[in-house]
Amino acid sequence: MAATTTLGYDDLPALLTLLTGDEKHDRSSLSTLDVLWVLYDRVLGPDDRFLLSKGHGPTAYYAVLAAKGLIPVEELPGFGRFDSPLGYHPDHVLAAGVEISSGSLGHGLPIAVGAALAGRRVYCLVGDGELDEGSNWEAVQWAGRIGLAALGAVVVDNHSSTYHWPGGIGRRFELEGWTSAHADGRDHDALQQAFAARTAAAPHVVVAEMRR
Amino acid sequence: MTAMRDRFYRLAADALEDDPRVAMVFAEIGVAEMPKHPRMFNVGIREQLMIGVAAGLALEGMRPVVHSYTPFLVERPYEQIKLDLGHQDLGAVLVSTGASYDASHSGRTHQAPEDIAALAALPGWTIHVPGHPDELERLFTRSLAGDDRVYIRMSEETNDAPFHGDGVVVLREGSGPFVLAVGPTLGETLAATEDLDVTVAYLATPRPFPDAALREALRGPDVVLVEPYLAGTSAAEVSRALRDRPHRLLALGVPNAEFRHYGKPAEHRAAHGLDAAGIRASLLEFARLRDVFE
Repeated sequence: MAATTTLGYDDLPALLTLLTGDEKHDRSSLSTLDVLWVLYDRVLGPDDRFLLSKGHGPTAYYAVLAAKGLIPVEELPGFGRFDSPLGYHPDHVLAAGVEISSGSLGHGLPIAVGAALAGRRVYCLVGDGELDEGSNWEAVQWAGRIGLAALGAVVVDNHSSTYHWPGGIGRRFELEGWTSAHADGRDHDALQQAFAARTAAAPHVVVAEMRR
Repeated sequence: MTAMRDRFYRLAADALEDDPRVAMVFAEIGVAEMPKHPRMFNVGIREQLMIGVAAGLALEGMRPVVHSYTPFLVERPYEQIKLDLGHQDLGAVLVSTGASYDASHSGRTHQAPEDIAALAALPGWTIHVPGHPDELERLFTRSLAGDDRVYIRMSEETNDAPFHGDGVVVLREGSGPFVLAVGPTLGETLAATEDLDVTVAYLATPRPFPDAALREALRGPDVVLVEPYLAGTSAAEVSRALRDRPHRLLALGVPNAEFRHYGKPAEHRAAHGLDAAGIRASLLEFARLRDVFE
C-alpha cells in the first residue's frame, strides 16, 4: 500500500456514517476499526501488503481506506449498491485499495503465506471465529515450521468462536513456531508495540483482545 | 515413472532454472521426483494451503505451477481454486497426474473422472488434455509464458504419436459420423473406427471449446465425443456450437457412477466402454438409430 494521510482517526465516524447512513456506530460491530487504523496509520510501510481475510462487515475497513486516500470518499455512500465497488464483502478487482477479495473465511492467511514466500512483508487480519476454518491452521503450521518471518498476522479476538480456544490463541501459534504478542484491541500504543515485537526469525501474530 | 510425468518433472526443473518468474508448489506428491530448488515449495499434506500459496505467489507477479494427484489438486481445494485464483483474478498452471483411472488399483479415492467438469464450471480456465508427452511439452511451455489460469491433465495412457495443431485436428475424413477424440482416447478411437466410413478428429484443449473449428470441420449431422473423463463433460459445448444446426450427439466418457473396482487401467477403460470394442459398439448403435451405415 502507498498512503498519503488525508483524514484522521477522528474523521472515521463521519466516514462510517457515509457508508451506513447511521449516525451512531455500534462498537461491537466495528471490532476491527482500531486495529485497522493502527496498521494503516503506524505500521504498514510503503511496500507492505495488508490482506483482510475476515471480509465480513467491512465498513471499518472501507472507512480507514477512505481516510488514507486509498479509496475515494465519494464511493462510500454507494456501499452495497449494484454498481458500487464497495460491497458487503470486499472485491479487490472492483476496489483498487483492497488487496484481496474476501468473505469466505480462511482464505487470507494461505494467500499471505504465498506473498511472503515471494519476499513481500505481509500483514493478514483474521477473526477468532474465522480460526475455526482448518485452512488457517495449514498456513499457521507451515509458516511457523519454515520460519517465514515476512509474514505477520493479527487475530481480532472478540470471542465469537462458539467453541473458544482453550489455552489461548497466541499459545497455539507459538507452538507452531510463531512469536506472539497480546494487546488491548482499542489501545493504539499497545497495538503498535505488539506489531513492533516481530523478529527476523519467525512469523509473528498479534492477538488483539476485544473486551465486551 | 511414466513418459508424461517424467517429461513434466524434467520440464518443470528446467523452467525453475531458466525463468525467475516460475515457482512450484507441491503437497508432498511429486516433490521427490525433482531436484531441489529455492523456488520449489512443498507445503506438506495441505492442499488448501497449496492453492492459497500459489495465489499469493501470483499476487507478487510469479508464475506458480501446482502439481498433485488429480483429486487432491482439483477437488480437495475446489473453493480455493474458485476464490484464491478465479475470484482474485490470479493465474496459475495446475498440472495433475492420475487422470480418471490411472490409479485403478487404488480405488475411488484416487480417481477423479469429474475433474474437468468441475473446473470447467468455473469461468476463465484453459484446459489441456495432452495425449502424448510431446504435446505436454508444447502446452506446458506455452502456459508458463502467460499469466492466465491453466489446467493440464496428464495421463499414463498416451497415443502413439503427438498431434500439435490447436483446436480440432481432422485426421481422417469419411461420410459418416464426426468422431472427436479428446487426448489419450485417440488410439482406441482410431482402432475402433479403422474400417468405418467416419471422420476422426483430435482435440487436446477442450476449454475453451473450439466452437468455430467444430463448425468448420463438421460435414453431417452426427457428432460423437470421446472424452477420457466424465461422459458428457463437453456435451453442452457441442450443443452451443451447433445451436443453429440440427444434429445428434453421442457423448462417450467415464459414466457417472460410484465405480467400486480395482485392477488394471485397461480393465477400467473396458468397463467404461472406452476401449476400441466399447467405442465401436456405442458408435454402431448410435449409427443404427438412424441407419447411418445402411
